[in-house]
Amino acid sequence: MDEFIILALLAGAGTALVAGPLGSFIVWRRMAYFGDTMAHSALLGVALGLLLQMDLNLAVGLVAVAVALLLLWMQKRWQVGLDSLLGIIAHGSLSLGLVAIAFIEDVRIDLMAYLFGDILAVTLTDLLLIWGGGLIALLTLWRIWRPLLALTVHEELAQVEGVAVERLRFVFMLLVALVIAVSMKIIGVLLITSLMIIPAAAARRFSRTPVQMALTASLIALLAVALGLAGSLWWDTPAGPSIVVAATLLFISSRSIPASA
Amino acid sequence: MVADPSLLISARGLCAAYAQREVLHAIDLQVRSGEIVTLIGPNGAGKSTLVRLVLGLLAPSAGQLWVKPRLTIGYMPQRLKLDESLPLTVGCFLGLSGVNDRSRLADAAAELGIAHLLLQPMAGLSGGETQRVLLARALVRQPQLLVLDEPVQGVDVSGQAELYALISRIRDRLQCGVLMVSHDLHLVMESTDTVLCINQHLCCSGHPEAISQHPAYLELFGANAVRGLAVYTHHHNHRHDLHGNVIEERRAGDG
Repeated sequence: MDEFIILALLAGAGTALVAGPLGSFIVWRRMAYFGDTMAHSALLGVALGLLLQMDLNLAVGLVAVAVALLLLWMQKRWQVGLDSLLGIIAHGSLSLGLVAIAFIEDVRIDLMAYLFGDILAVTLTDLLLIWGGGLIALLTLWRIWRPLLALTVHEELAQVEGVAVERLRFVFMLLVALVIAVSMKIIGVLLITSLMIIPAAAARRFSRTPVQMALTASLIALLAVALGLAGSLWWDTPAGPSIVVAATLLFISSRSIPASA
Repeated sequence: MVADPSLLISARGLCAAYAQREVLHAIDLQVRSGEIVTLIGPNGAGKSTLVRLVLGLLAPSAGQLWVKPRLTIGYMPQRLKLDESLPLTVGCFLGLSGVNDRSRLADAAAELGIAHLLLQPMAGLSGGETQRVLLARALVRQPQLLVLDEPVQGVDVSGQAELYALISRIRDRLQCGVLMVSHDLHLVMESTDTVLCINQHLCCSGHPEAISQHPAYLELFGANAVRGLAVYTHHHNHRHDLHGNVIEERRAGDG
């Protein structure tokens, strides 16, 4: 096998492993659109990173966190429904990013690579970044698993039992931002949350406990990456969308397999 | 400052407001170890608001609330709305309390008669089973104060009496204080020491027998209160447990 395919597979596997547990929490906490909004804002991060000539991954992560904080703040202060707010910020920041990139004349960038990913162009540095960031995210999630789950099940009960609710919410947001920042290159800012949500949703039918669901989601995400890459090579289709199509097909076929309760 | 060592909670002139509208006015409340205090009042009277104040989930708009330092509270919320996307067994749910001691989890499950449910999904439980699981979660922390918001919600009438008797037994064993919210004075009468009748303010408080005759109570609950008394005094020759099975009536003074 060619080296670029092995690199792509390894990078996709790193993203898939962390997408399972993190995506499960996004699904449980009903934050699918929240994650989407943070991901869409990543393009604004790319633009800012290019303008300020700083590391793009870092810029994307910082902007994602800033957008999430802005969202929490607006939700408290303004009388606007959360779904409307998410729609405004997701598309507002995406468009602002596109406009800002158009202003940067001396840099020619491949916009499609940021929007839909460019997994076949992954370098060794990217790979290290994905696995390093993913490992940090997984370890952190493992450490806060119990209180975060308690908070997800019943916030006030968890608070009475001593869970630091606000802090955990913020840590979780940081984790989502971190994973978006390091795995942007795999399937792009427009599709990244789908790799977290679709495998988790597919795993629900085969799981009786939260841990089972998180692990099953990782396996399904791995399968989606492998199938998507294979399809992309075979039919010469774009890799990022192919992975999402594979995940969607896996989700649909999961509905036809008998559930385990 | 506080002389009585058994005092767990002491509130004086407690007020609460949502968006500048006062929903609770000047509530005095004390809970001691080994004492069961019941809050009753109509819907919207502010019972749950008072519970949230005591739990520290809501800041009072006026008044003073003293809580014994390092007080361990076991809380049983009124409702548990589980997202369908989250698979959760009863055992997992109890583990979320942060208590890792398996024998303590097993003891609480046995005391509440839910040991056979530990591997079952939470979503499939009946109303009575759900309430017992919630109570078990409060118990595993070995609380000094149990705060129960409508503990018999969704349980049939005979199951309600059984659950109240269970709460009394838990109080006897742990010698903890209990603060609970109820709709019906006559069902909780037997298992409560002090009743606070509230309707945005404190209508009356005292021993349950006295409260049931109190003019403020009768005015608040009207004819229903008297009808409730009739339900309370009539006796069956058997009872049902939470699963609907007939249980033998024990002789008076037994258990």
